[in-house]
Amino acid sequence: MSKRLKVSGLAAGVLASSLMMAAPQAVAQESIYVPLFTYRTGPFAGSGIPIADGMHDYLQMLNERDGGIGGVKIAIDECETGYDTKKGLECYDAVKPKKPVMVNPWSTGISLSLIPKASVDKIPVLSMAYGLSASARGDVFPWVFNPPATYWDGLAMIIRYLGTESGGLDKLKGKKIGYIYFDGGFGKEPIPLFEQMAKDMGFELKLYPVPPGEMQNQSSQWLSVRRDRPDFMVMYGWGAMNPTAVKEAVKINYPMDKFVSIWWPGENDVNGTEGAKGFKMLNWHGIGTDYPALKDIQKLVVDKGLSKSPKEKVGELLYNRGVYNAILIAEGIAQAQKITGKKVVDGSDVRRGLENINLDEARFKAIGLPAFAGNLQLTCQDHNGHRAAFIQQWDGAKWVKITDFIQPMPEKVKPALDEAAKEYSEKNAGWPKRSEACDKS
Amino acid sequence: MFYRETGQFKTNYADDMAVFPILQDRIGIALILVLAFVVIPLAGSNFLLSSVMIPFLVFSLASIGLNILTGYTGLISLGTGAFMGVGAYACYKLTTLFPEVNIVVWIVASGFFSALVGVLFGLPSLRIKGFYLAVATLAAQFFLQWCFTRIPWLYNYNASGAIEVGQRTLFGINVTGAKASLEARYMVLLTIVTVLTWVASNIMHGRIGRSFMAVRDMDIAAELMGIDLLKTKLLAFAVSSFYAGVAGAAMMFLWYGGGEANDAFNINQSFLILFMVIIGGLGSMIGSFFGAAFISMLPTVLKFGLPALGIPLAGATAEHLTYILVGALIIFFLIVEPHGLARLWQIGKQKLRMWPFPY
Repeated sequence: MSKRLKVSGLAAGVLASSLMMAAPQAVAQESIYVPLFTYRTGPFAGSGIPIADGMHDYLQMLNERDGGIGGVKIAIDECETGYDTKKGLECYDAVKPKKPVMVNPWSTGISLSLIPKASVDKIPVLSMAYGLSASARGDVFPWVFNPPATYWDGLAMIIRYLGTESGGLDKLKGKKIGYIYFDGGFGKEPIPLFEQMAKDMGFELKLYPVPPGEMQNQSSQWLSVRRDRPDFMVMYGWGAMNPTAVKEAVKINYPMDKFVSIWWPGENDVNGTEGAKGFKMLNWHGIGTDYPALKDIQKLVVDKGLSKSPKEKVGELLYNRGVYNAILIAEGIAQAQKITGKKVVDGSDVRRGLENINLDEARFKAIGLPAFAGNLQLTCQDHNGHRAAFIQQWDGAKWVKITDFIQPMPEKVKPALDEAAKEYSEKNAGWPKRSEACDKS
Repeated sequence: MFYRETGQFKTNYADDMAVFPILQDRIGIALILVLAFVVIPLAGSNFLLSSVMIPFLVFSLASIGLNILTGYTGLISLGTGAFMGVGAYACYKLTTLFPEVNIVVWIVASGFFSALVGVLFGLPSLRIKGFYLAVATLAAQFFLQWCFTRIPWLYNYNASGAIEVGQRTLFGINVTGAKASLEARYMVLLTIVTVLTWVASNIMHGRIGRSFMAVRDMDIAAELMGIDLLKTKLLAFAVSSFYAGVAGAAMMFLWYGGGEANDAFNINQSFLILFMVIIGGLGSMIGSFFGAAFISMLPTVLKFGLPALGIPLAGATAEHLTYILVGALIIFFLIVEPHGLARLWQIGKQKLRMWPFPY
């Protein structure tokens, strides 16, 4: 019973010395440090790997082709989170001393924990189309960015699409819509808006939560779906939840063309499932390698063995999602260099850079990705853009775009957003007022 | 040679009952406390404080809790994660309802709510034992986790189901929220852990602890000796859950700083703490610390320490390697010393006493 702490203390001492040596492990002076929080392990690895590869390869390609951004190399550093908040925080603490210009948490749970820290540590959080929807409000969350659309916008677009499918939004009245979702922050967030819409438009909403531990076992949820027979199914899933849901839907013979998902499934989730044909999902960017920049990735990164991605996976849906994320990183840095005139920028500069992102057609063309995605312009008020997305359908072998860009419903989303932002700043007593000046664009 | 009690005479009963009867132990403890309270906050890097020490302290507290129940009283519980969750949510509700009361008070007070819930789920322990009790506590785990997700009142109707930790101060210094310095959070947590460890050690050395151990060793005999089984077992559940609850509240408020809480208190957490207790040593205070250090520090050290020492290990490979190494080490320790690290420590001390002239 005695000396109880001695060994642990000793261990801590040894550790302390090794870690103190670790801290100044310098990133070369002339580089911009971009940590990527990725997950190549755990139940979300199926979604995490292509995204990690896409992000890494695009930035690596910039290093190979252009010598980085504005002539400054990007120091890319992957940290494995396993989609686990605990490990994500650990990664954040590990990269913080190296002065990252931004972090990409790639998990709503990690984002939620990092949002309060962002303004204190002066490290912007880029949570691309995930995280806290309310962080779209730049005046309340100056350090958090979640372009190009929030989960609420996504829901609005899905509902609008279901409306057109049934012949007008008013025709949704009396219909039954099922919502199968990841029972964590990510899937829960849209529920208040969903319920509001159900009330306004007169459809019935059925909720089928999938607990994080039960992602691979959804038989009970789909049994209820079979009993309730909803006219449409909407899914907010991630990782192992997506392929399981698709399989279960096929198993109960749910009509796949009535099954619409938010933008997170990938080819792997539907490929190989007999009968997944017809499955629909939102998306906002191009698929495939028919873009000069992606050709460069193949030539300069993948063929040289600098990528972890198998050759045939380059250009897949989630890979290109990672590329899109990397474009935002690169654009944020490039804009920051333009505004400040500095070559080596820091977190505060990149925050300004992100606020001035202006990806129009010409810019997409200039970076070698013509017509890759819709325009995106961020301002200091709007950190999201609320951009439109389209519906694509799985034809058994590939995704086929079946609609034009569908506009979200700002009239429904905006009040909810303002409400949530206000509530957040009130509940987090002492939430700082925005003190960062806005740039004139 | 250095670690020998020769010449240290006990002249009264108080000396005889001391927790640390040997002078060298007392010096050792003092040194550790100085190290923990002074050296680490002053000299440690931020990473050491935030990702090594704070998790270690939180898990130590939780392991002490489970050790009281499983190690000292012999009741297996798989609900520790959920009891931690009760503490976290209780603390969150209390601090949002009464923000003017100091947060440290609430962190400790939330343990009582957890204790109450623990007693409730401890009721079956009078009738069922062993594996069957484990299953009953497993029910607590699932039921409570269901509550954390399904009762929006618990997380103040937050759309994401997240706990949001606001700014709270102690003596004018921020101790929670984003502005709180690591040192402040660490010191508060360390103080809580130190005080509660001292309390637990005293409980275990006193009448209550002895009745726990009597129940563990043979409950019928204990009953015949006049120990009220119901009271004792429920008390063990209460004390154990109290510690788990405080650990959970500290985890959310001093370590995570808010976020999605329900998933942090899942069944894996319960298993992790059970492993800590088993590997550390059942029925040993110091074992709880050893176990927590082993399970919570080792992966971090492997993941970030090895690259820092110049062994290149990236992302996923490090993660896989960590799993392999930790798993192998667990098996290794269980084979070498099934009674846990605490027993190894004891053997080491015994050897040290005779060193360098063993007979």
